[in-house]
Amino acid sequence: MSNPISALFGRSPIRPIQEHMAKAQNCVVLLGDFLEASFAKDWQQTKLLQQAIRASENEADDLKSNVRKHLPTSLWLPVPRTDLLELLSIQDSLANRAKDVAGLMLGRKMEIPDTLVEPVRAHYQTSLETSRQALKGINELDELLETGFRGAEVQLVENLIAELDALEHKSDIGQINLRAELFQLEASLPPVNVIFLYKIIALIGEIADISEKIGSRLLILMAR
Amino acid sequence: MSEIISQYGLIFLAMACLFGFFMAWGVGANDVANAMGTSVGAKAITIKQAILIAMVFEFAGAYLAGGDVTSTIRNGIIDIEQAGFADSPELLVYGMLSSLLAAGIWLLIASKNGWPVSTTHSIIGAIVGFAVVGISADAVVWSKVWSIVASWVVSPMCSGILAFLIFRSVQKLILDTNDPFANAQKYVPFYIFLVGFVIGMVTLVKGLRHAGLEISFTQSAIYAVGIGLLVMLVGKLMLRSVQQTPGQNTSLHYANVEKVFGILMIFTACSMAFAHGSNDVANAIGPLAAVNSMVQSGGVFVTESVLPVWILILGGIGIVVGLATWGYKVMATIGRNITELTPSRGFAAELAAATTVVVASGTGIPVSTTHTLVGAVLGVGLARSIGAINLNVVGKIFLSWVVTLPAGAVLSIVFFFIFRAMFS
Repeated sequence: MSNPISALFGRSPIRPIQEHMAKAQNCVVLLGDFLEASFAKDWQQTKLLQQAIRASENEADDLKSNVRKHLPTSLWLPVPRTDLLELLSIQDSLANRAKDVAGLMLGRKMEIPDTLVEPVRAHYQTSLETSRQALKGINELDELLETGFRGAEVQLVENLIAELDALEHKSDIGQINLRAELFQLEASLPPVNVIFLYKIIALIGEIADISEKIGSRLLILMAR
Repeated sequence: MSEIISQYGLIFLAMACLFGFFMAWGVGANDVANAMGTSVGAKAITIKQAILIAMVFEFAGAYLAGGDVTSTIRNGIIDIEQAGFADSPELLVYGMLSSLLAAGIWLLIASKNGWPVSTTHSIIGAIVGFAVVGISADAVVWSKVWSIVASWVVSPMCSGILAFLIFRSVQKLILDTNDPFANAQKYVPFYIFLVGFVIGMVTLVKGLRHAGLEISFTQSAIYAVGIGLLVMLVGKLMLRSVQQTPGQNTSLHYANVEKVFGILMIFTACSMAFAHGSNDVANAIGPLAAVNSMVQSGGVFVTESVLPVWILILGGIGIVVGLATWGYKVMATIGRNITELTPSRGFAAELAAATTVVVASGTGIPVSTTHTLVGAVLGVGLARSIGAINLNVVGKIFLSWVVTLPAGAVLSIVFFFIFRAMFS
């Protein structure tokens, strides 16, 4: 039996969006284990981890379509519906990028040249931190709702996002340096491998870019 | 023609009691749950506590502040002179009996189907219906009816604006500051004072008059401030028990802040029950009061008679039985479904709705508590702080009242002719 007062309250999309972000960021976390396994050339393990990333990405996908399904235009939300949906698809691309890296590396059984292992690890680490910072921002969404997207809480989130931007900048610098190192080695490596190494570096860098975009979306949500 | 009244007087009275009880049961089964559900949903009170609060404050509201609404229903809508009740007073009795039965049945049908109808709209529709068809269109005081209908639009809007302002003040003073917990402890007592003051003021200005006490407006205001301070003191003592538990996920401790608002919500739940009692209960027992005074006087309409306490008690018992047999289930459903409404929002909505309804009661205007509360929730939503509001419901409510008026009217017309055929 429905009742006017209880029917008045729709399902808030805030919590599901946070869950989705957690799942998507989890893909990035798993990518770290995947990279370690590939550095160790443990192809058995990389296969398992790639599957784990895919599973997490699938779960994120399910959460995403669930949010979309429960966000009809008749719902009156504290933030524009289109902004929320946009945020959701950006979060989703985070998971996709992690999956892309793992899929490409596993498919080609790519080996990172020994001298590049440390720089690639560092490059990934920066992207991981950036995504973690984005997750932190998304986890403040319920707090933002609590305050009606105003006041001290907005300041707190703006600070989080400033840090996020700094991390993304760090990732950009790291990526430039990493490419320079790869350039030094180019002559000694098979050309096709070099092309895909550049590709992997770019994909890992994109994880940081996407995380930064999540932050910008949060800023747009808060502004009115 | 008052032979009919003297012949069947007791039967009429028994029927009125039965139908009045039925109607009160319907109010208890559905309407009270709407009024109290927000507090239950916000986990400020348990269902048992809600029922207890409802028992006490619905009765208090009906007794202390419901007099004017009851008299509007009794003799404000029908022009007693024009209707010619002096010649055939039994028509008024048939009409009031049919109105009670029609409104009661319509409420039952609507609750079964989950339609958001209002007690007030059903009873007004029923009374206007029997008066127009059973007597004549001139018998209805149309100016009164239009002002009531206008109030159904105005009251949700008023409570919406009020709720928005109250919630914005909560944001400014508490939520959006650097130490929301300390500020909540500091400012929540003031809101508790407001609850006590509003209820006290309406009771003093309106309620004590029919208890035989005449006090001036200024005196009332002074006493109401006293009541507010007293309630605030109780609230302050209760607030002491709220301790800040560390380890929340942010530095701003909103979970603890909501606990402080939880205490406030106990008070607004009481005010909500009081407001509901003053309006909805009063309009449910109004027709019973009309029949009773007609039977007691043997067919002479007495305009200003004191509402007998037993009628209130009958209404009160009906509500409690309604709550106990059906209402607690509705409350549980509401409680489960509106977890999005945190105490800080719930209290703002309840305080705004209760204030609006109580003021309406004071001026004798029957409004819908549920709709007023919906307006208040929308007002809080305007402050960008409710996860998701289903706007379809607002449309459904509007539709339900367009349907309720003729439905109540048609049912009451049918019963009116049946009763007339039975007794005259």
